[in-house]
Amino acid sequence: MELLSGADMIARFLKDEGVEYIYGYPGGAALHIYDALFRQEAVKHILVRHEQAATHMADGYARATGKPGVVLVTSGPGATNAVTGIATAYMDSIPMVVLCGQVASHLIGEDAFQETDIIGVTRPIVKHSFSIRHPSDIPTVLKKAFYIAASGRPGPVVVDIPKDMTAPTERYEYVYPKKVKIRSYNPAFRGHGGQIKKAIELILEARRPVVFAGGGVITGEASDALTDLAKRLGLPVITSLMGIGAYPQNDRQCLGWPGMHGSFEANQAMHHADLIFCVGARFDDRVTNNVAKFCPTAKIIHIDIDPSSISKTVPTDVPIVGAAASVLNEMLGLLGDREKDVTTREQQLAPWWERIDAWRASRAGRLYEPAAQGELLKPQQVVEAVHRATQGDAFVATDVGQHQMFAAQYYKFNKPHRFITSGGLGTMGFGLPAAMGVKLNFPEEQVVLFTGESSFQMMMQELSTCRQFGIAVKIVNLNNQSLGMVRQWQDLNYKARHAQSYMESLPDFHKLFEAYGFKAITVTRAEELEGALDEAFRDTNEMVFLDIHVDPREHVYPMQVPLGAMNDMLLSKTERT
Amino acid sequence: MRHIISILLENEPGALSRVVGLFSQRNFNIETLNVAPTEDASLSRLTVTTNGDERIIEQITKHLNKLIDVVKLVDLTEGAHIERELMLVKLKAVAGAREEIKRTVDIFRAQIVDVTPSAYTVQITGDASKLDGFLQAIGPASVLEVVRSGVSGISRGEKTLSL
Repeated sequence: MELLSGADMIARFLKDEGVEYIYGYPGGAALHIYDALFRQEAVKHILVRHEQAATHMADGYARATGKPGVVLVTSGPGATNAVTGIATAYMDSIPMVVLCGQVASHLIGEDAFQETDIIGVTRPIVKHSFSIRHPSDIPTVLKKAFYIAASGRPGPVVVDIPKDMTAPTERYEYVYPKKVKIRSYNPAFRGHGGQIKKAIELILEARRPVVFAGGGVITGEASDALTDLAKRLGLPVITSLMGIGAYPQNDRQCLGWPGMHGSFEANQAMHHADLIFCVGARFDDRVTNNVAKFCPTAKIIHIDIDPSSISKTVPTDVPIVGAAASVLNEMLGLLGDREKDVTTREQQLAPWWERIDAWRASRAGRLYEPAAQGELLKPQQVVEAVHRATQGDAFVATDVGQHQMFAAQYYKFNKPHRFITSGGLGTMGFGLPAAMGVKLNFPEEQVVLFTGESSFQMMMQELSTCRQFGIAVKIVNLNNQSLGMVRQWQDLNYKARHAQSYMESLPDFHKLFEAYGFKAITVTRAEELEGALDEAFRDTNEMVFLDIHVDPREHVYPMQVPLGAMNDMLLSKTERT
Repeated sequence: MRHIISILLENEPGALSRVVGLFSQRNFNIETLNVAPTEDASLSRLTVTTNGDERIIEQITKHLNKLIDVVKLVDLTEGAHIERELMLVKLKAVAGAREEIKRTVDIFRAQIVDVTPSAYTVQITGDASKLDGFLQAIGPASVLEVVRSGVSGISRGEKTLSL
């Protein structure tokens, strides 16, 4: 029997759970835990410069690996600084465990120094939360936290740890709990057999089907099964923004992503479909546009591990509650017996593919006008050039705004877990720490951050963390000297009154990066781009900031018309569907 | 339509706030809420009455089920059920009104549980509409104070909501 203090139990549990990195920032209420971490070597702690960055780093790691990211912060301001990152993870169903120090039990409720009811503050943005009430509970509670965070529909779990629970003087028996059972929590796994058969019938009958794959396919590690199924049946595949990479984008059957800034062909195909076969997406408002006009002729099959996602915004005809991989594999198995139906598919879907190809062809080569020599670059062509420079195989993180949409539109992903973006919450400042979390765990891979000068300045203090831990991210700053997406909306809806969307007094990024010991390259004209990219991507382990001045007048298109159907789109400043 | 949702909840600190928070967070409506321990010390029984169309009620029950602290729930209004609410009412009772109130109390099978020279305190149980009916019969002029427990309910027959 081994006796450990609460703090040592936490350090030991993290090791036994296989956690390699935790991201955090010390403070009074967490000091016993920090001391325990100091006295061991298995779990490495990454010191951030702001707790929000710790949560985004853990989040980036979780998105790239599928495993829960772990954060350690102190009570009060440490915990409240983590809130935005917790909300970001919650909205995108990212597994995360956040350990928060708390004032000692006897002080709780007395407005003690650095006391915040963080369980209360985070209640609407966590999958679940725990307060430790006895040190001997620590191993079981932590196991439950990791289990809940990573299973079912993943999400962040907060564990509040009063300082006296980690006191070095009190020791209790420690046993690593290999398994844990929670009587009120049994996430669905296998889908209902009858519903699965019904879904197959609908798919085989459909004349204008589309697959709509969301982030659930990536978290559920179901990309292979989805790809097999779509290939086998010749189905057009649309992925949500969160589902990018769930199906290879270089494949002809992939139509891109739908919604507000989705591709023309994806929005047209979804609107005209007679069947939407949705796997692990949630039909949010940025996809559906006006729900009343959403896909008027489509029946909907919806596979989701979370029953509350089904029929939340649009009614579903065939709901299937289950894990994506399990349900899709079961479907593949059943299709094995239907070989005859499967082989006549090509003929059945030929007219549908003709229409899709026509939509695709109608926009080809007309998406944007690349800059000529001597001109300011277009942001879209920068993304395309970065895609070429990285052979389309980098991990790509983004911040939020126009650059995020351009990155999603023009970087083509062929693998899951590679596109790291804050889709649901739309958190500016997410990108740099998220990219750092990825790079730390994939040191040999190229990790690119597409950002804008506004988003970047929200978290740029983390350059210091990059320096301390030798984290090398390729930062592509699409510098338009404005809050591009805000400016775009102001152009369209406020007669170009640019209220507070112009970033005056930008820092000299060269000097800024130099101060941290990093390289910066500025590109102001189109012809400088290729050379700059060659230089920037030469060494995977060199931090480089590419400050690329782009045309600030550029808008993101297509753009759905507010209150319209999916296929009501602005296609450029002058064209509309 | 009005629904009565009955919930078995882990008897943990903060569990109730998760349920209540869910309703405000998702813009669902709570008409009455009643919560108390059960014969099993680890569980509380909670009854919510709420309003909404089929889609909203479906979302409410799905989201409640998603809360880790919710062990089981049933929408009692889906089947035959018994609904009860307790109300305590303090009434102004002077002169001739005392007899009239006494008669109304008898008609509604209520009980007078406290008496002063100028006031009665009445206890009445029943479904929500019976309680509403009593208040209407007494008339607003006599009512000094109303305390209602909120609805609690149980299904008819052998069906139970238990572990």
